[in-house]
Amino acid sequence: MIAEWPVGLTLIAGGLLAAVARGRLRDAISLAAPLATLAQLVVLGHGDFARVHALGYTLVLMHVDRLSLLFGYVFSIAALLNAIYGLHVKDGVQRAAAPVYAGSAIAAVFAGDLLTLFAFWELTAVASVLLIWARRTERSFAAGMRYLVVQLVSGLLLLAGALMYQAGTGSLAFGYIGLAAPGGALILAACGLKVSFPLLHNWLQDAYPEATETGTVVLSAFTTKLGIYALARAFPGTEMLVWVGATMTAFPIFYAVIENDLRRVLAYSMTNQLGFMVTGIGIGTNLALNGAVAHAFADILFKALLFMSMGAVMLRAGTVKGSELGGLYKSMPWTTGFCVVGAASISAFPLFSGFVTKSMVMAAAAGQGHWAVWLVLLFASAGVFHHAGIKIPYFAFFAHDSGIRCREAPGNMLVAMALAAALCIGIGVFPGALYALLPHAVDYVPYTSSHVLSQLQLLVFSALAFSVLIRTGIYPPELRSVNLDSDWLYRRLGPMLLRGTASVFAMATNATRSTVARCSGWMAGFVLRHHESDGILARTLTTGGMALWVALLLAAYLVVYYT
Amino acid sequence: MSTRGKQYWLDRSENVTKLYRGLWAVGLLLLAADLVVHRHEEFSWAGWFGFYAFYGFFACVALVLAAKEILRRLVMRAEDYYDR
Repeated sequence: MIAEWPVGLTLIAGGLLAAVARGRLRDAISLAAPLATLAQLVVLGHGDFARVHALGYTLVLMHVDRLSLLFGYVFSIAALLNAIYGLHVKDGVQRAAAPVYAGSAIAAVFAGDLLTLFAFWELTAVASVLLIWARRTERSFAAGMRYLVVQLVSGLLLLAGALMYQAGTGSLAFGYIGLAAPGGALILAACGLKVSFPLLHNWLQDAYPEATETGTVVLSAFTTKLGIYALARAFPGTEMLVWVGATMTAFPIFYAVIENDLRRVLAYSMTNQLGFMVTGIGIGTNLALNGAVAHAFADILFKALLFMSMGAVMLRAGTVKGSELGGLYKSMPWTTGFCVVGAASISAFPLFSGFVTKSMVMAAAAGQGHWAVWLVLLFASAGVFHHAGIKIPYFAFFAHDSGIRCREAPGNMLVAMALAAALCIGIGVFPGALYALLPHAVDYVPYTSSHVLSQLQLLVFSALAFSVLIRTGIYPPELRSVNLDSDWLYRRLGPMLLRGTASVFAMATNATRSTVARCSGWMAGFVLRHHESDGILARTLTTGGMALWVALLLAAYLVVYYT
Repeated sequence: MSTRGKQYWLDRSENVTKLYRGLWAVGLLLLAADLVVHRHEEFSWAGWFGFYAFYGFFACVALVLAAKEILRRLVMRAEDYYDR
C-alpha cells in the first residue's frame, strides 16, 4: 500500500509547503519531509508499484530494487543534511527549491520507465537552477542560464533516445539499455552530460560555484549522481566508459591545482570522483558496479561535507578565494575539523569512507588487467589528495594568516557538518553496513595490511610532495584569475563565431549593394548615352538625308534585280 | 575577535618545521615497512619496494609542475575575462 505513494513526492510536497509556510512551521516541514521519505524507504518492498496509464503508455512510478533503494537512501540522507544546513536561510525560494529538487531526483531514481525518468530528470533541472539564481547577481543569472540550457538539452536527448528505444523495442522500461540499442547512444549522451563527461563537463564547474552557500551543497548531491545511477542501470559494462571515466579522473586535477575559487576546486574534484564511478560502471563486474555505486554513496556525503565547510567560510568570511583566505582555523575551529574529515574521506585515508569504496573500483580495474587505467586511477588518487585533501583545508584554514577574524559557523551548519562527518567516519570504520546495501553480494575486504600500507604510502608521500613544493616556493601561488575551460567554446568562441558570421553577412550585403549600385549606374549611363537628346538613337535626321538613303536603296535594288 | 593577537602554536615557524620533519619521519617509516610487509598486488611491478611512495611523490610533483608551467600559461586569464 505504502509503495503506491511515489516516494519522491513527499519531498516535492514538502518543498511546495515550505514555499508558503514561515518560521518554525517551515523548519518543521523542511526536516519532516526527508525523515518521512527515509522512513518510507525503510519499509518498502521490492517490485513495481504505482502504475499510471497516461499518453497511451503504462508508466511505472515506483520501481524498487537494491540499486534504486541505495540511491533513494543516500538522496534522502543528503536532503536531510541539506535541510539542517539551510535552516538559517530566510529566502523562501531556496527553502522551497531544495526539497523539490531532492524529491524530483528521488522520483527519477525510482522511475520504472523512461518517460517518468524524463519528467523528473527535467524537474531536477528546473528546480535546481533556482538555487543558482537565488544568489541574485548578474553573474549567477548568466551561469544559471547556461546551466539550465545544458540540463534541458540532456533531457531532450533522453526523451529522443527514449522514443527511439520505444519505437525499436516496443518497451519503455528503464532497465539495461546498452549502447547498441535503438536510441541507446542518445540516452548515454544524456547521462554523459549529467555526469560531466570530458568536454561536456564544464557546466558543473561553471555553475555550481555561482550558487548560494547552501545552494552549492544541495546541487553537489543530486544531478551528477542521478546520472551515475542512470548509467549504472542502463549501461553497465560499456567498454567505452572505462576510458571516459579514467580521463575524467585525471584531467580535472590539473585545473584544480591552479584554480583560486575553492568551491570551483571542489567542482573539479567532483568530475574527478565521478570518473571513478564511471570507470567502475564501464568495467561492469559485480565488484566494479558495487564499487561505483558505493563510491557514489560515500561521495555524496563527503562532497556535501566539503561544500558545507566552504559554504560556512563563504558565509562568515565573505569569500572562498584561496588568494584571500588563510588562518581561519583560529576563528572557525569546528568548521576546520569537519573540513579535514571531508578531506580525509575524499582522499581515501584508512578509517574514512573513500578508503572502503574507491578501492573497490581500483581493485576491479586491476582484477580485469586494466593496468594503464589502474595507473591513471592511482595518479588521480594521489592528485585528489593533493588538490581536495590538502589544498582546500590548507589555503582556507591554514597557510599564511589572512587576518580575517570572523565568527564560527551557525549552529545548524555545524550540526549538519557533524552528522555528515560522522557518516563519513562511520562508513570508513564499519564498511559492512554500506556493503550490505549494495546491489551485488560483496566479497571484498578493504582492511588488509597491503591495502592500508600502500594507501598510506601513496598519501603520505603525496603530502610530502606538497610540503616540499610549498617550502621551496615552487608551488604555484593562488592568483586572482579565471582559467579557460571548455566553457570558453560557448562563452567566447560561439559568440565570436556568431559575431564573425554576422559581420561576414554585413560585408556581403554591403558588397552586393555597391555592385548593384555600380551596375545600375553603368546601365543608366548606357541608356542615357544612346537615348538622351543628342544620343545616337534619339537624334532627329533631316528629310533630305532620308530621301537620299531611300534613293540609294532603290538604286541598289534595281542593280541587284537586273543582274 | 578575541583571537586577534593571540599566539597559536602553528604561528611559530619552528613548530611548522617540526611538523614537516615529523611528516618525513612518518613517510620514511612507511617506506621501511615495505621491507617487512609483503604486499599482495595484481601487478608484479606494483610490489616493488616503495612503488606507492615514489609514485605518489613524483605524480604530485609532475602534476603541480605541469599545471603551473603548462596549463596556467595556456588558460589563465584576468579575473574579469568573461565580464568584459
